[in-house]
Amino acid sequence: MQSASDQLSIRVADVSVTYRTSFERAPTLKSTMLRLGRRERVVREIEALKEVSFEVEHGTVLGIVGANGAGKSTLVRTVAGILPPTEGRVEIRGRVSTLLALGVGFNRDLSGRENVVLGGLAAGLSREQMAAKYDEIVDFAELGDFMELPMRTYSSGMYGRLAFSVAVNMDPDILLIDEALSVGDARFRRKSFEKMRELCGQARTIVLVSHALGSIVELCDQAIWMHQGELRMWDEPEAVVDAYTRVLDVRDDVVTREDV
Amino acid sequence: MRRRREDEFTAHRHVYEPHAAGLPPLRSYVRELWRRREFALELSRTRLRAQHFNTVFGQLWLVINPLLLAGVYFVLVDILRTSSRGTAFFAHLMAGLFAYYFVSNSLREGVKSVTKGGKLILNTAFPRALLPLAAVITSFMRFVPTVFIYVPVHVIAGLPFGVHLLWLLPIVVLLTVMAAGLTMFVAATQVYFRDLSNFLPYVLRVWLYMSPVLYYANEVPDRYDWVLTANPLAPLLTAWSDVLNAGHAPGLEPMLLGTAWATVLFVCGALFFTSREREFAVRL
Repeated sequence: MQSASDQLSIRVADVSVTYRTSFERAPTLKSTMLRLGRRERVVREIEALKEVSFEVEHGTVLGIVGANGAGKSTLVRTVAGILPPTEGRVEIRGRVSTLLALGVGFNRDLSGRENVVLGGLAAGLSREQMAAKYDEIVDFAELGDFMELPMRTYSSGMYGRLAFSVAVNMDPDILLIDEALSVGDARFRRKSFEKMRELCGQARTIVLVSHALGSIVELCDQAIWMHQGELRMWDEPEAVVDAYTRVLDVRDDVVTREDV
Repeated sequence: MRRRREDEFTAHRHVYEPHAAGLPPLRSYVRELWRRREFALELSRTRLRAQHFNTVFGQLWLVINPLLLAGVYFVLVDILRTSSRGTAFFAHLMAGLFAYYFVSNSLREGVKSVTKGGKLILNTAFPRALLPLAAVITSFMRFVPTVFIYVPVHVIAGLPFGVHLLWLLPIVVLLTVMAAGLTMFVAATQVYFRDLSNFLPYVLRVWLYMSPVLYYANEVPDRYDWVLTANPLAPLLTAWSDVLNAGHAPGLEPMLLGTAWATVLFVCGALFFTSREREFAVRL
């Protein structure tokens, strides 16, 4: 990442994401046949992102704010390569670690250890790399013996702590975090905030989605505001948060500023 | 104009673009798949462990299960027949069942592999084909101990040992290829039709009855020949029994047919799965 052209970590160019999803809770053959009989379609197109473009330079911390359903998570998933763009182009330089909507645990019957190892291997790390990081992850999450128990025995706080710990200890070049800072008790929140600050201080690209506007202002170098799938604003965090709160009409009250 | 499609999951530079044909760039897809083989291995290992961890007999079930299975079907077939059969037939039945269950267990194991992959699929970018392939590996790991269960029966039945047994290797490879294709197919279909997993056990049961396992292939009356022709597994299971039971190299026809079926099913299953997999994250 030395040459000038390599300064960009993330380049999102005119990205639109439209997906079709069905209303049904669980699509079944029976419901499909019934539907065909009635000649109706339940597939609905959702325009989650509309021509979004922005760039993130190497080492920048980018905050994303926006109302629920504004496309923040879709945007992060697109950057992570989980959702393909319908149009446009996403370019990423560096290894990405994602912490999306709280969750390493994909199989609740497996132990915390197995989930962590499998998650790492799926993300493309080698067994040795995972072994090297494993202790750090457990230490940070403060889960100790719980790592050997199935994840269904975990409290939601423990779940979140483990997820956070996995993501920040993966040593990614690019870290994507989706509303995951407010996990655990007050002490752990403090600790994760410190960890975030430490990570933000290093030359590392971070994309942080949060409703905690205070931490956006404090941690980020830049911010974007997503509104109904469109990029409404891309500026300094203070300016974005100000504009956003003005529209939200919530003012700078304690509730929105507080907490990460 | 041909745009250069960059690697989808590679380590240091990714470009994500819309995929016109729905298919990811296959070369880098396969490379990434291979790079993450450890994941598939680990996943099937943990699953195997989880399935038997809390039971009294534990891992012993890997041996008990197939033994009981062979016993049950032998009794069944013995009752249905007027004349009772010898140990050679029992060896045929056992070997056939184990081979058949290798394929059917992959499907059973893999049908929900994507729909149960939930958070991993939502939160991590990786070649999704690893999930059904892990199911095939799990099934293969269950198949391996059955080989050792079979050997004493082979000896007791007085069936010959020899170089011809080497033919078993390509047959197992073809069975694996076929299982992989079918498992990818059902795993992707399950995303759209969640009740497939309810039908599947019955389909698999009928498929077993249509396969030359509970009977010898050459016993099938002419008017039912189409059953074996229509059955993709029939040629391979016929070859399997030829080698193990009849003690000679399989005929050219079943091997060619078996290879053709395996290739076709694998290619169709893999293409269907990979062309659909980018949609899974929004369909779960």
